[in-house]
Amino acid sequence: MNKKKSVVSYNKWGYIFLIPFAVVFVIFQLIPLLNTIKNSFFEHYRDGLTIIGPNWVGLKNYGKLFSDGNVLVYFKNTMIMWIMGFIPQIILSLLFAAWFSDPSLRLKFQRFFKTVIYLPNLIMASAFAMLFFTLFSTVGPVNDILMKIGIFKEAYDFMAHTGSVRFLVALMNCLMWFGNTTILLLAGMMGIDTSLYEAAEVDGATATQIFWKITLPILKPILLYVMVTSLIGGLQMFDVPQILTNGKGSPNNTATTLIMCLNNHLYSKNYGMGGALSVILFFITGVLSIIVFKFNGTEDKYGKA
Amino acid sequence: MKKRLLALSMAMIMTAGAMAGCTSDTGAGTTTTTTTDDGGSGTSTTTEAEPTKAPELDTTVEAEDISAEEEGKVLNIYCWNEEFKSRLTDHYPGYTEVDANHGKIGDIDVVWNITPSEGNAYQNNLDETLLKQDSAAADDKIDLFLVEADYALKYVDTDYTLPVTDLGVSLSELGTQYKYTQDVMTSSDGKLKGVSWQGCPGVLIYNREAATAVLGSDDPADVQAAVKDWDTYKATAADMKKAGYFMTATVNDTYRTFSNNVSVPWVSADKKIQIDDNIKRWVDDSKEMYDAGEIKSTEALWGEAWSSGFYPDGKVFCYFGPAWLINFCMAADTDGSIANQGGWGATEGPQGFFWGGTWICAANGTDNKATVADIMRKLTVDKDIMIDIVKADDDFVNNQPAMEEMATSDYTSAVFGGQNPLGMFAAGAKNIALDKISAYDQGCNEEFQNAMKDYFDGNADYDTALNKFYDAITTKYPALSK
Amino acid sequence: MSDKNTIKVEMIEGKVKGGVKSRRVVAYVVLSIACFFCLIWFYILIINATRSKGELTKGFTPIPSTHLIENLHNALTGTQPILRGMINSIIVSVCTAGLCVYFSCMTAYAIHAYEFKLKKAIFTVILAIMMIPTQVTALGFLQLIDKMHLMDNFIPLIVPSIAAPIVFFYMKQYMESTLPLELLEAARIDGAGEIRIFNTIVLPLMVPAMAVQAIFSFVSSWNNYFTPALVLSTDTKKTLPILIAQLRSADFLKFDMGVVYATIAFSIFPVVVVYLALSKFIVGGLAAGSVKG
Repeated sequence: MNKKKSVVSYNKWGYIFLIPFAVVFVIFQLIPLLNTIKNSFFEHYRDGLTIIGPNWVGLKNYGKLFSDGNVLVYFKNTMIMWIMGFIPQIILSLLFAAWFSDPSLRLKFQRFFKTVIYLPNLIMASAFAMLFFTLFSTVGPVNDILMKIGIFKEAYDFMAHTGSVRFLVALMNCLMWFGNTTILLLAGMMGIDTSLYEAAEVDGATATQIFWKITLPILKPILLYVMVTSLIGGLQMFDVPQILTNGKGSPNNTATTLIMCLNNHLYSKNYGMGGALSVILFFITGVLSIIVFKFNGTEDKYGKA
Repeated sequence: MKKRLLALSMAMIMTAGAMAGCTSDTGAGTTTTTTTDDGGSGTSTTTEAEPTKAPELDTTVEAEDISAEEEGKVLNIYCWNEEFKSRLTDHYPGYTEVDANHGKIGDIDVVWNITPSEGNAYQNNLDETLLKQDSAAADDKIDLFLVEADYALKYVDTDYTLPVTDLGVSLSELGTQYKYTQDVMTSSDGKLKGVSWQGCPGVLIYNREAATAVLGSDDPADVQAAVKDWDTYKATAADMKKAGYFMTATVNDTYRTFSNNVSVPWVSADKKIQIDDNIKRWVDDSKEMYDAGEIKSTEALWGEAWSSGFYPDGKVFCYFGPAWLINFCMAADTDGSIANQGGWGATEGPQGFFWGGTWICAANGTDNKATVADIMRKLTVDKDIMIDIVKADDDFVNNQPAMEEMATSDYTSAVFGGQNPLGMFAAGAKNIALDKISAYDQGCNEEFQNAMKDYFDGNADYDTALNKFYDAITTKYPALSK
Repeated sequence: MSDKNTIKVEMIEGKVKGGVKSRRVVAYVVLSIACFFCLIWFYILIINATRSKGELTKGFTPIPSTHLIENLHNALTGTQPILRGMINSIIVSVCTAGLCVYFSCMTAYAIHAYEFKLKKAIFTVILAIMMIPTQVTALGFLQLIDKMHLMDNFIPLIVPSIAAPIVFFYMKQYMESTLPLELLEAARIDGAGEIRIFNTIVLPLMVPAMAVQAIFSFVSSWNNYFTPALVLSTDTKKTLPILIAQLRSADFLKFDMGVVYATIAFSIFPVVVVYLALSKFIVGGLAAGSVKG
């Protein structure tokens, strides 16, 4: 009896510890979010300095978004570019994490490698894009080198071809984030008891076996985190393609992402269309995240997202 | 407007948007403050420029006598960079700087509110503040703000800007200004809403070496004969190609020349988008010349391909631009550049155009009318001050007698191999007409060039590219339709 | 790896020595290539920072020029208050990272360590929040802080980081693998209060995770342009990314790409320093020892 009571009194602390989060969340996120949803049912934008609306239009904004079909195209672009970047990113990160954590490899300069791979993330995306332009311009050094060694006959305009633009976006994303992912995985591995590895090795397990049978399962919560956040980050992909294509998603909108589209609607403070697009984005993210959670078969103790 | 161009171009090419990423000029739109319904209480009338008949400046309006009005204590200035501040600091008598954001004119505190134009942040910030102008305290109201030509009408055609005559400035005082600088600021009901201290007429800047090699002469008159209209220009381009030169570095070099000479504005009175024949001609000519290998690249201005022609190896025949382009952008201070060797010449080119410029507007609700009026008079009319500006800052000033005086002086330009191009600029400035403009020009020009790149690159046919333009522009300006 | 560990490994190594050797070579080669691609950007940035605006129009060359000091001098003595901007950036980023990490840990702890009725629902809600794109709420956010008269103030840039669902989620995942509830029970039996348990037992265990997230939030706050550009309007309150944007929209007569590059290079230094300082916790092996025990 006494014990049970004390458990209950401990557990009220669960609520207490949640207070700061809850208060800040309600003020700075929930209220703005509800506003956004409300906006999606209104016609409300600027024409110069004139404010049009808000006029109730029901689902008209949603209808408009879907009738021109662009949303689906932008969704497809976003997913393609995310996957193109994420696959090499997660492979590199897992590989590096496995190498760093593999005691039999005894890699030297580990600390140097671990430190360096995150560095690209420290550069502002816009500065990063400036450098990319310099390198990949038709008169830039990349074209120069490729022409000198005879791969191209004439300068290749990287910004004028769907494949190369998407490749550059994926490359920039991958470069900026693989170090981040590796660090996350490494931090996760700090929690792994080294005696597990020792035991496995004494039993004669190979490095590959150790990776699949020990490292990966223990890393699962962190891997899940990486996948979900990367997916969410991917759906919100904006800076890199925006900057690289000068906001136009060229060629032919094949590099336009959902948020770039949202950003275009915000130019005239189009709260209605912007709100509707936001709500759609919210749903897409939710559905995809649930799929990832299910796919990972996580028996999450607390519930499914 | 140099600034905006810069920002724009930077964004366009090499840099882009902003740091955390939300901006590039074209994509512009960072989010901004919301307006609620109450925000709309401000007076706002948006009337479109008549598509056929250009608004004529109504010269019958008398200047009001404002001498009885009391001056407020704070002068709030909204702008997007330091340029105007340095003009005021250096050339306006009585201005003293207090710190980076504050100054003094007599008893009046000057407060600078500088927002970068990148990502449309300047206009977003300005719009929000203007919309609240009615309810703001007298000392918080905007008194003076700056605009650029591409979006000037957005402000000029509203009651948020004051006619200069309301400030006590009579139109006859402004007679020395170039007409096009007033066209830009004339509202559809014929009122002049702003003035500029700059004129930015452009010329065709040609590579003397290429001219000598291909045309047999680098004399401006001879070169002019080879570029006197667009057909001759195209024929010359073919000759240049044969000799291994590109006519221009990018397809966008000539855009301004076409878009400044349209017969209908981008947007009609009933808010329909119209593609002028001259704009269409730019598309057709550029496509033809690019496909023929006569234009080097489809990249945006300010990019690597564009600036490659500043050097002899770039093999570019000409650029289109105003005085500041040559002096400050074409690498005159760098060894090996054509400008460094004085290898450029200037001539009028096929059509007149302008590039750049900043205009001063008085905000409705200002309590410092006399001060604003005095700034306008000193910086945009006073000949002595304006000649000082030319000398100190290399601006081409908006003062015909001053510039004509300079044009006949012994002023010569080193980059032009000793030519004094000011006469040509001054003549150009007189001939620009800017009555076919709309409040949406900024977005239309940007999006149109963006959309056409796909066509030039062969990634889309003209109709597809055009539809993309319509999509983009109606997203940017929901009030417009095809 | 500990010495003890290495010795054991060496014992086993004999059996598979050949394989290990070639794998090691592959690892070094791949890691070196990756490092090259990570460092090249800093090299190009520094090269560009040493070139004058005219030289920059020549296109890229790998050879540094001689204008670095001049560019830096121009950047620091120019009209933009770069040093003030750096102080502002440091204030905002440090506060953001600190609040974000501490309170996300607290929130994660609440969900991880306690059983209460609404726990499941709250966890789900937080995960759902994670999926709201930040751009989506920005409009309403600005409207709100305007009403609260917090425009041109650091508070709207710092305080919202307390509710960072993504950091929370990471902390919770990390706790799941490193924080046994028995440890808390033991502390309670020793008579420690809940707040003390959190501050003196839980937080130290979370150091690696906190260091990781502190770096991430510091960096993203440092490089953030979006919100600060909308909130801050006084020059002396602006953060570095806004000042760089202003430099880039400077008028042509003053515009100097060399100075822009120098300023960018200058603004990256503090981040690199913070990163190198905190990265000790991550890469140096300061693992949460008590859990393993």
